[in-house]
Amino acid sequence: MALIQAKHIAFGYRGIKVLDDLSLTIPGGGVVALLGPNGSGKTTLLKLLLGILRPQEGTIHFRDADISSIPSRELARHLAYVPQVHREAFGYRVFDVVQMGRIPHTSFFSRYGATDMRITREALERLSIDHLAERTYTEISGGERQLTLIARAMAQGARTFVMDEPTNGLDYGNQLRLMDRIKSLSSEESFTFILTTHHPDHALAIADRVIMMRCGGIIRDGLPHETITPYALAELYDLDDRLFAIQTNGHAT
Amino acid sequence: MAALFLTLIVLVSLGLGKYPLQLGDILAYFSHALFGGGALDPARLATLHNLLVEIRLPRILAAAMIGAALSASGAAYQAMFVNPLVSPGVLGVLGGAAFGAVLGMLLDKSWFVIQSLTFIFGFAAMGVAVGVASINRVNTTIMLVLGGVISGAFFTSLVSIVKFAADPYNQLPAIVYWLMGNLSLVDRTTTARAGIPICIGIAGLVMSGRHLNALSMGDEEARALGVNVNRVRLVVIVCATLVSALTVVVAGAIGWVGLIIPHIARMITGPDNETLLPASALLGAAYLVVVDDISRLAFSSEIPIGILTALVGIPFFALVLKNTRKGWN
Repeated sequence: MALIQAKHIAFGYRGIKVLDDLSLTIPGGGVVALLGPNGSGKTTLLKLLLGILRPQEGTIHFRDADISSIPSRELARHLAYVPQVHREAFGYRVFDVVQMGRIPHTSFFSRYGATDMRITREALERLSIDHLAERTYTEISGGERQLTLIARAMAQGARTFVMDEPTNGLDYGNQLRLMDRIKSLSSEESFTFILTTHHPDHALAIADRVIMMRCGGIIRDGLPHETITPYALAELYDLDDRLFAIQTNGHAT
Repeated sequence: MAALFLTLIVLVSLGLGKYPLQLGDILAYFSHALFGGGALDPARLATLHNLLVEIRLPRILAAAMIGAALSASGAAYQAMFVNPLVSPGVLGVLGGAAFGAVLGMLLDKSWFVIQSLTFIFGFAAMGVAVGVASINRVNTTIMLVLGGVISGAFFTSLVSIVKFAADPYNQLPAIVYWLMGNLSLVDRTTTARAGIPICIGIAGLVMSGRHLNALSMGDEEARALGVNVNRVRLVVIVCATLVSALTVVVAGAIGWVGLIIPHIARMITGPDNETLLPASALLGAAYLVVVDDISRLAFSSEIPIGILTALVGIPFFALVLKNTRKGWN
């Protein structure tokens, strides 16, 4: 039973196709990295896999059930979205943000109970950010916010995490720390991570599988070291020899 | 704690008036009425009953209810639109509801028609505000306020048409006096009739707090957290518009409460809507009961409460605006 299976999906905004006839099977476990230039449809694909958007053609199955037939509360207990760090939210406490992950476990008429409190606290501890619990979410650093959002995904009880450019906006050290955290969560607790990134080196460092996307389709899919080659990158990002030399030599020839 | 504070304010307010009562008298009356016991002189009992149950209690309860309704819906609108500057008044809901109520009074005096029309036009006014705001999506915070101003002005001019058509000797003074925001016409029936839907609406808002938190992070994120975004939005809009429109039926348009109280409550409790919404409701209730006491007692003749809330509210809002970043961001 595959974790996620997309068959011949297509999606467009106002008649302009963003994804076209895309098929993808994710068996579960490990880190899957999506690479591709801006506008290649990576984020749209993530939103389709999360069930936030519905494919206009084709089907997406989550554990053999059509994703559109799964109630969103039920889906949220298995599949969590870790969005890009946002700055414009209210100044909630970090604890409150993580506790939002308990929403799919409570009904409209109930309030958070002792179990929700305990699981929220555990999620904070597992990401070693329990010291931030009382701090204001909008005042902590970008790296800490990303960890807060991962803790929230954990509080949801999900074992599959969909992340949109998790290292975006983080400084170099925090990028490495975050990737190390993702790697250890996937190998030690067998969580599945599906993430997009603009850094091939990040994919090389932590991914178990690399999917290259271009113009709404998948052009390469395989093990990181076999897939991320100079030739493949040049094709993916439209690099000519001169630009490519900047990357390999550090300066243009 | 806050609920206890509110009870105390209500008890003290019951004693205040042209005919002051001691706290002991009030407690003696209620212990007699509720539990039998206690020896009270029948004549004294009749006076107390008349003062407390017939005159003061309905009015104080109405003030508390209106304060709670305006503040809870203000807090809910602010959370839902992620906009610190909106309130039932700013969004034009009170203006639209006032037109609906005036129209209802002119057409048909039945309670049901008046209540329905206030709700429909309150809702329409908010629709106009949101519609105008969606014309320009660049600065949504300011555009929504502008949309509310336009919508409010539109319905105010419609009210003027009704005023123009009204009988200048009987209807007009009544309409004008009522539009200022006034609790002196409240009786037991009005309080009871509006009270039930208002309480249900406030309960609906208080229960949506958790989901409003998720909603303020953005629609897609809320959906991924298992929140039924459209349903929550519908519940919040219907409840908030219903309760704020109903306050207009009871006591005319009382402005500023729904804008200021949520800010003060947010400074006390922080932005978490699960605690903010009930806190706003309690604080708003206490605030309006106190302001109503002032409007009854401060001068030899009563001043409409809407004038007082504006006079107290505007300078206070300037202060709040200066410090708002703390609670908001």
